[in-house]
Amino acid sequence: MKTYIRPMSGWWKRNPFYLWYMLREASCVFITAYALMLLWGLYRLQQSRIQYEEWRESLSSPLSFAFHAFALVLVVYHSWTWFKIMPKTLPRMPLPDGLVVVGGVAAVVACTTALMVLI
Amino acid sequence: MNTITIECLRYHPESDAEPRFQSWPVPFTDDMSVLQGLQYIKDHLDGSLTFRWSCRMAICGSCGAMVNGVPRLTCETFLRDLYPGPVRIEPLNHFPIVRDLAIDQADFLGKLQSVKPYIIPDAEPQGTYLQTPEQMERYYQYSKCINCLLCYAACPQYGLNDRFTGPAALALLHRYNADSRDAGKAERMEVVNTEDGVWGCTLVGYCSEVCPKGVDPARAVNQNKIESTKDYFFRFFRK
Amino acid sequence: MKRSNKPIFWSLFGAGGMLSALVGPALIYKTGFSSQALGYERALLLAQNGFGKLAILAVIGLFLFHGCHRLYHSLHDFGIHVGPGLKAAFHGFAAAGTLAAAVLLAHIS
Repeated sequence: MKTYIRPMSGWWKRNPFYLWYMLREASCVFITAYALMLLWGLYRLQQSRIQYEEWRESLSSPLSFAFHAFALVLVVYHSWTWFKIMPKTLPRMPLPDGLVVVGGVAAVVACTTALMVLI
Repeated sequence: MNTITIECLRYHPESDAEPRFQSWPVPFTDDMSVLQGLQYIKDHLDGSLTFRWSCRMAICGSCGAMVNGVPRLTCETFLRDLYPGPVRIEPLNHFPIVRDLAIDQADFLGKLQSVKPYIIPDAEPQGTYLQTPEQMERYYQYSKCINCLLCYAACPQYGLNDRFTGPAALALLHRYNADSRDAGKAERMEVVNTEDGVWGCTLVGYCSEVCPKGVDPARAVNQNKIESTKDYFFRFFRK
Repeated sequence: MKRSNKPIFWSLFGAGGMLSALVGPALIYKTGFSSQALGYERALLLAQNGFGKLAILAVIGLFLFHGCHRLYHSLHDFGIHVGPGLKAAFHGFAAAGTLAAAVLLAHIS
């Protein structure tokens, strides 16, 4: 039987739902880069105070500022989507879906508050 | 009576190298569905237009199509809601086109068979099965699937890799695994555990949005990622 | 039917996703927009402490496993086929980063 198979190229542009998905997935680029940046900082910390202070200095460059701004937006979006879909990814719970999402968001608020005070 | 333009993707394998769009002005009343619009075209404007339909009441699952880029049952999508149009109708995404709006379902039917969508009892049943409302609630929503394939048309992972078992088949797999009368879970886990089982899913989540029957395939698939993970790590501890 | 080894990498992906969802926003805010954060003494103190070491290792290692897992899925989403070799390279990269962090932490005393 002769059939026609349509191409998939550019599929994420066909529907806003897919664009939001791709935005969520894009956060991984920043999470990976951020981990490497911290790893570099750890390396500098292990070397000496001068080296470490140089690394901290580099964090206030315009490039670092731009990177952190994009990273913050995408990771906040990652955080929201992570808990929004949590009722589907957790094992069966005796709780309503809404409560699971609210619990997740409350945990983010608690962690953020704690880290803001501690570091 | 208002008129709306229906723009339909057409493909006749004997004469077309690739699909093309064709438009018709269709007069419609407030109670007319997109399916009735297509039937008007077939009856009055172009008898060669091919599309599947049967029940006209969202239960047979035959009339799915992309309506303005969104997978819908054409029988429960109304022309009045799409006015002034035009309305663009295409065959369900990600499936090979056989002719006009008719797609080839063979791949899905094979997958449906592979998940053993029937109760596998552990022994010869002795009389009536008893089931509590709580036990029924565990699988009930998944049993409402009508195999309309809107979820496959919503799933880019299926479009990118047609070996992926896909939302409806995995939701039905879960429907039987979650049934207290069933003892076939171990057989079905073999499908779940493969790269093209639940692991073909990246949780786009659109499958659950487009389901016309309120089934949540994304939930079934992702809860089975946990099942598969448990199966992976704990298999050595079981006898 | 061949069993996938995804459960291992999906678990690491999930742990990293959970950790980055919880602490990612605050950490990024602190390193990017707060000049007082992470002074040498406090950072050293954190890296010398056992729990601190574990926290740093978890953030770097799990963020890497989370990110790399999604990265190769994204390549697939863009239509680039990711074979077993490239997949192993992504996971190997995350593992190497984690190992590097562990070695550095072991040297800080």
